[in-house]
Amino acid sequence: MSVLLFAENAQGTFKKATFEAATYAYDLAQAMGTTLSAVSVGQVSEEALASLGKYGVSNIYDVRDEKFNAFVNTAYAAAIANVAKKIDAKAVVMTQSYNGRAVAPRVAVKLRATPISGVTSMVDPADGFKALRLSYSGKGVQSFRTDNDKVVLTVKGNSYQITENPVTAEVISADFSASEENFDAIAKEIIKASEGISLTEADTVVSAGRGMKGPENWGIIEEMAELLGAATACSKPTADMDWRPHHEHVGQTGIQIAPNLYIAIGISGAIQHLAGVSSSKTIVVINKDPEAPFFKVADYGIVGDLFEVVPKLNAAIRAAKAAV
Amino acid sequence: MKILVCISHVPDTTTKIQFQEDGSALNSTGVTFVINPYDEYGLSRALDFQEKEGKQVSITALSVGGKEVEATLRKALAIGAESAVRVDKPALDSYQVAKEIAEYAEPREFDIIFMGKESIDFNSAMVPGLVAEMLGMPFVSFATDMQLGEEGAVTLKREVDGGVEVVESQLPIVVSCQKGMAEWRIPKMRGIMAARKKPLAVISGANAEEQLATTSFSYPPAKGDTVYIDADAPEKLIDNLIEKGII
Ligand SMILES: Cc1cc2nc3c(=O)[nH]c(=O)nc-3n(C[C@H](O)[C@H](O)[C@H](O)COP(=O)(O)OP(=O)(O)OC[C@H]3O[C@@H](n4cnc5c(N)ncnc54)[C@H](O)[C@@H]3O)c2cc1C
Ligand SMILES: Nc1ncnc2c1ncn2[C@@H]1O[C@H](COP(=O)(O)O)[C@@H](O)[C@H]1O
Repeated sequence: MSVLLFAENAQGTFKKATFEAATYAYDLAQAMGTTLSAVSVGQVSEEALASLGKYGVSNIYDVRDEKFNAFVNTAYAAAIANVAKKIDAKAVVMTQSYNGRAVAPRVAVKLRATPISGVTSMVDPADGFKALRLSYSGKGVQSFRTDNDKVVLTVKGNSYQITENPVTAEVISADFSASEENFDAIAKEIIKASEGISLTEADTVVSAGRGMKGPENWGIIEEMAELLGAATACSKPTADMDWRPHHEHVGQTGIQIAPNLYIAIGISGAIQHLAGVSSSKTIVVINKDPEAPFFKVADYGIVGDLFEVVPKLNAAIRAAKAAV
Repeated sequence: MKILVCISHVPDTTTKIQFQEDGSALNSTGVTFVINPYDEYGLSRALDFQEKEGKQVSITALSVGGKEVEATLRKALAIGAESAVRVDKPALDSYQVAKEIAEYAEPREFDIIFMGKESIDFNSAMVPGLVAEMLGMPFVSFATDMQLGEEGAVTLKREVDGGVEVVESQLPIVVSCQKGMAEWRIPKMRGIMAARKKPLAVISGANAEEQLATTSFSYPPAKGDTVYIDADAPEKLIDNLIEKGII
């Protein structure tokens, strides 16, 4: 019996979401009275692999056949399930990323485990893996349980605090070569969205809407994002009008995000917009209309003209940065 | 070419979600139900293949659910699907729904199974991958574009962290769709009339069992009071955020 983490890498390195899932998996392993193992698929340096020890990973199964350099969900799932069976994993944990959500269901079917997506609290292994996840696009919280003794779960980003639980990690080379048929949908190239910070992984997101009046005014938004090391986002109509790139559109029909800080500028806060951002930890709303619905979910609100407020805020951030 | 479009029947995006008092289920009084918006992208792309690209395509819309989902399936017929199927089982969890879809699809040999990237009620984004694995088919998730090539080759684009991935694969395939895949279509009067005469079959399904039981629904914790900052001195906001360690 053990817990297995799928340690997802991005171009050979591990990101915050992986450490978050590792912390979650470690705490689960503790609760189950067992140790944590991880499987890494693709080319990751020995040092990066060993760094997982900091988050409580004792054994790392390293599947590094070069066929796995590009992501293929069928082949990745075969590799992960192979290790899970070898160590009799009762729980396989991964991040709620694009790729995590593509492999998790396949791994679940292979292991006859219950698939659980986007958990936001620790599962109780003594009581049917009982825990919580969001439903109805963040407007509801679902409590669930399963009678199955095996689960595959993805951990919702920014919902679990990363902690260090240092152990010595042993890297075990797992020579697994998935059969040719498993390479059935091959990623040929990745078109980078921009040089900026990826929206789904960003700690801080600066977002703007139709209150900006036109695409030419976005300079102050980009400036704020740059000052805060934040990603930029936008409301649906601004993407539909091509003021902003489509991949920046957040909300019910766009990307769902849950950063630590979400700053909404000139966005009214329609229910479909909120559905994609309301699980952000802290929400700041800047809008000239005091009745804008967004203020109902705001932690901080500024009622005012964004064209005056935002430049002042940028100056204040610059001053604060200069002071340290 | 045979296309199956899986449709989830969900509360309209403007719905204020309220649960039954005992938290057992959604209180659907006064709620309007619609085709899950992501599922409409798949349906629209299937119609694009047929109309814009002149492909020979048959489109079947399928939903797992009770009698109430028939209105939503009729809407899919009005938009342009040729036939519809309702698997007469309540949708309990991702696994059970996927199993019902896979059992239906297996003997019928669809070339493409279109689904949405996620349902806006259950939000699991699991059903498409489960179906693909159950049927041993390739799967492309979060797809924003799909082009048909020669001899069953297909090229798709999919959203990934920080960019877009170009993926090559082969029919038959399971694709989960999101914005970009196609333009939503509004049913025309003629379509609505025609939909009444199109076949909507009700089948009893495979009696798949649920794996993940919902024990209750509740609401996300309410936000505390909003702290208002004077627009003439917005730098106070920055002080506050720094003090709280937020930036
Ligand atoms: C099926 C469906 C799905 C949808 N999905 C999404 C989605 O995923 N994401 C999404 O965002 N929307 C979505 N929408 C659209 C949504 O309903 C709203 O129309 C949209 O979010 C409004 O965008 P906005 O806030 O930028 O524009 P508006 O509603 O026009 O708001 C602009 C705001 O800017 C403020 N403002 C104007 N000038 C200034 C100024 N000088 N200073 C400060 N404030 C100013 C105004 O007071 C106003 O509140 C969806 C709609 C439907 C029907
Ligand atoms: N009850 C259902 N009937 C038919 N298709 C469904 C059903 N539930 C989910 N789906 C399909 O699976 C996709 C993903 O749903 P989910 O895994 O619940 O997020 C949806 O966009 C639909 O295409």
